[in-house]
Amino acid sequence: MHETRTISLTVNGETSTNAVPVRQNLVDFLRNTLGLTGSHVGCEHGVCGACTLEVNGAMVRGCLMLAVQADGAEITTVEGFADSGRGADLRQAFVDRNALQCGYCTPGMLASALEYVEGGGVADRSAIREHLSGNYCRCTGYQSIVDAVCDVIDGRARS
Amino acid sequence: MKAAEFKYERPGSLAEAFALLEDGDLDATPLAGGQSLVPMMNFRLAQPGMLVDLSALDEIKGISGDGGGLRIGAMTRYVDLAASALVAERAPLMAMALPHIAHAAIRNRGTIGGSVALADPAAEMPALLLALDAEITVQSSAGTKTHAAADFFLGMYETALQSGELVTAITVPAPAPDRRFAFYELARRHGDYAMAGVAVAASGAPGGVCSDYRVAFFSVSDRALRATAAEAALDGKVPMDGAEAAIAALGEIPFAGDLNAATATKQHLSGVVLKRALERV
Repeated sequence: MHETRTISLTVNGETSTNAVPVRQNLVDFLRNTLGLTGSHVGCEHGVCGACTLEVNGAMVRGCLMLAVQADGAEITTVEGFADSGRGADLRQAFVDRNALQCGYCTPGMLASALEYVEGGGVADRSAIREHLSGNYCRCTGYQSIVDAVCDVIDGRARS
Repeated sequence: MKAAEFKYERPGSLAEAFALLEDGDLDATPLAGGQSLVPMMNFRLAQPGMLVDLSALDEIKGISGDGGGLRIGAMTRYVDLAASALVAERAPLMAMALPHIAHAAIRNRGTIGGSVALADPAAEMPALLLALDAEITVQSSAGTKTHAAADFFLGMYETALQSGELVTAITVPAPAPDRRFAFYELARRHGDYAMAGVAVAASGAPGGVCSDYRVAFFSVSDRALRATAAEAALDGKVPMDGAEAAIAALGEIPFAGDLNAATATKQHLSGVVLKRALERV
């Protein structure tokens, strides 16, 4: 028997109440129950970063948090960033710089990069690489990802 | 790659947590930040009967001054340690090391108490606590105990923590005004577990002779440990002047290889990281 709990949370601005198996990871709940498949599942042990998403204002691994732990939380996924326009310049820079090839790492990469940009990160390539060190891109497109993040920081500084 | 079945409780007080942890039939494991336990469960290396989620226990969160030192609640997350001016001032070694402890998204969830209780031989925090002469406060329904960090880490994932006990706080003594620190690790990818790393503390003027060395290694053996022969070799010397003798004294360490590096590699890299740390003391 699955032990379940009822959780209420806000995802991308919408509240929902669902019964979840206590063993279910947050990212599986978002993908399988809410249909928000933007957050990707890669390694399922916190190494690849593809499932990185925002919980209560902090970027975390969706595979290392249980859905039941998100009871009462405010969550934003890549779909939410698109809906609200938050980080639109970052997504455009990814397009302009061709900072994605297969796209599998992109939702997590955007989340981690957004945390860096919004946290006042500077356009220093090695600092950006350090902040994005928890996100694997197996197409190895890191160079253009760092280019895109630098563009956004420079662009925001000018505006 | 999904955790096996378990039960889940999120107690609102330490007393409730102890009641769950002391009930042998429940096979309960405390869940702190989950950044090591959840992957272990996803791999089914860990299959607890129940998770006791400590995240609602505000009484064991937060950083406060303790005399001239620090008291850090076990459920304090790495992100909060890294943002703390008090930590930067009173435990600069911790502030130096924090950017190397995993990745930003992991530091947003991972806790100091979780790392201490797990005692992963490759984790930085146990070695930092050894170098800082920190104490670890442990509580159960029977009361409170305090362990010196030097007596706490006993082996691979093995500590002085008894069944039913929780790590509730870490205390770091006030550093002497002339206390100096250095930290160095070698990792394949920034933020990954190191292949070898070391934390050093010593007392003395910059560029001058130092005494009372602490040299604490991680990711080179089955646990974080002090290299006491290397400390003795350094005593009374300018850090770099003692480096050669200290490296020669590292044979006392029971080196143990892992997936990242063979035993001989660990031994070699220990000398490399120690030399680089001593350059920075």
